[in-house]
Amino acid sequence: MHPSNNHIFIKSPGLATPSGLLLLSSVLLVAIVWALMSGAFQIRPMDMVGWVLGSQLDEVSRNVLLNIRAPRVLLGVITGAVLGMAGAVMQALFRNPLAEPGLVGLSAGASLGAVLAIVLTGGGLLLIGGFAFLGGLAATFLAYFLGKRSSHQSGLLLAGIAINSIGFGAMGVIIIHANDAQLRDLTFWNMGSLASADWAMLAWLTPWSFALIAFLLTQWRVLNALLLGEREAYHLGFHPVRLRWRFITLVALAVGPIVAVTGGIGFVGLVIPHLVRLWLGADHRWVLPASGIAGAIALTLADWLGRIVIAPSELPIGLVTCLLGGPFFIWLLLKGSRAHE
Amino acid sequence: MKKSGIFAIVLLIKLMLGFSGAIAQSPRVVSLGGSVTEIVYALGAEQQLVGADQSSLYPLAAQQLPSVGYYRRLPVEGVASLKPTMVIASEHAGPPQVIEQLRTLQINVVRVSDLPTLDSLQQRVRDIARALDQVSQGEVVLRDFDQALKRAKSVEVIPFKAITVVMRGGKLLGAGRDTAAGVVLHEAGLINALSAQESYRPLSAEAISALAPEVIIVTRGTVESLGSLQALKDSPILKYTPAVANNRILVLDDLLAQGFGLRLPQAVHDIRWELSRAPIQ
Repeated sequence: MHPSNNHIFIKSPGLATPSGLLLLSSVLLVAIVWALMSGAFQIRPMDMVGWVLGSQLDEVSRNVLLNIRAPRVLLGVITGAVLGMAGAVMQALFRNPLAEPGLVGLSAGASLGAVLAIVLTGGGLLLIGGFAFLGGLAATFLAYFLGKRSSHQSGLLLAGIAINSIGFGAMGVIIIHANDAQLRDLTFWNMGSLASADWAMLAWLTPWSFALIAFLLTQWRVLNALLLGEREAYHLGFHPVRLRWRFITLVALAVGPIVAVTGGIGFVGLVIPHLVRLWLGADHRWVLPASGIAGAIALTLADWLGRIVIAPSELPIGLVTCLLGGPFFIWLLLKGSRAHE
Repeated sequence: MKKSGIFAIVLLIKLMLGFSGAIAQSPRVVSLGGSVTEIVYALGAEQQLVGADQSSLYPLAAQQLPSVGYYRRLPVEGVASLKPTMVIASEHAGPPQVIEQLRTLQINVVRVSDLPTLDSLQQRVRDIARALDQVSQGEVVLRDFDQALKRAKSVEVIPFKAITVVMRGGKLLGAGRDTAAGVVLHEAGLINALSAQESYRPLSAEAISALAPEVIIVTRGTVESLGSLQALKDSPILKYTPAVANNRILVLDDLLAQGFGLRLPQAVHDIRWELSRAPIQ
């Protein structure tokens, strides 16, 4: 399957790509407002509207809104944007529709780091986060160095698979030595959650993530060239090996802290870029921003659902994305194969 | 007459309003941790409960309360949505950040000790009783507990080497020294053959044959998931133990065997009673 063919073949004829982006942005805005207004803790919509217009809101409601719900929604937007774009970048880089951050060993490395932190140090968000970030980075670099030894991109993929299996094996060994409470912590960490959001953490995560997102957005020409194949990219004046190095580092830098903070949130990095390409074509000028926005929409809504569906308890967001994203993706695949017949 | 009738009605309404006002201000408590909830019920303060966590399984009525899920992963908005005035939380409840957030929402969060020791249990009962303004009732509960435990321990038992076995994730796990089940064994006058180990660990066939436990305590849930007690006896790990050879296997309610709360005397009594009846080989 040549993605460059997709561009002509699947792109919907009626819709210009800029207006597609505009539409997505409006949906994201609505989703954010919706997620802010609704949750387990009931605050009357009229009171909130009144508060925005200048009247008083009781302190507890204000606290819930500003210090509990708002940071969580922002974390959802950032996480969705980073995962969506990281998926798009990886898929272009490997010219493989199955590629996502998990593939090069990043997720396994980050998980291993988090598990180590939970079992060795007993937890603490900062420690888990730091360990996960370092683990993700180390695994990705290892995959890269191993992959570099073979001349084509499948080398990197295979190295990623090997690192994943080592990572999960090592994790199993640690899990055997974990106590009961630690085991539950690990299980929940793997399901992913935005519950740890607070302003102190977002104060560094937001600028960090948006800087990386902004830089990735400028790289659309390079990704388009890579999509043609490494030799073609080389003849267009790019240096494929250096580019691979650059993008893997960027993705690890962006995804590492996110995985560390949220745990494993599956399916977004894989599904969102696919959806976007089916809708807007394969030009990364549009795929990158659209994947970011669509990812943000998906996670904002998934988290909202997780917050209300079994209230006063909560469903981990990773479960929501997998349970809803999986069937949706299957439907998409079936629809796609029918269209080709 | 008519006038005084109206006056009486107004007075009645005022009284009712005043009364409902008092109800609205009565404490609303969310209890986090199975043993914490059990103690709240024992203190007779259950009408103040507006929510509990997933591990609050006893008494059965506690399972009817709105559940905020796993107590180490508390959803702050979920807890807040129950509009509690007080949260009584096991020291294991968390994450710490959520506990802090609950305090900023003007909720009185009371943390209580929750270790599998008698001291911790006593402390827990006293702290919860004080928080709920039931101090004297707390002392009554503790006295009853002590008496029941003393009575249970008066049943003589040979200090057998024992293990407590539970099934989790398709594997048989043994309870180590720091677990509630380990302490139950100790109070029951038995020796935990797995005291070298911490927490719950998968049983190893060789280690178990070396330890040669004379008594096996198994939870009812484990027997049910295995299908029958015979299946447990036939498991290659336990088949060659003295416990199976002498048929000294006790089936205990899951909460009794693994929990460390006010029902400890009952668990101790059940174990001692069963063993004292069994023929000594």
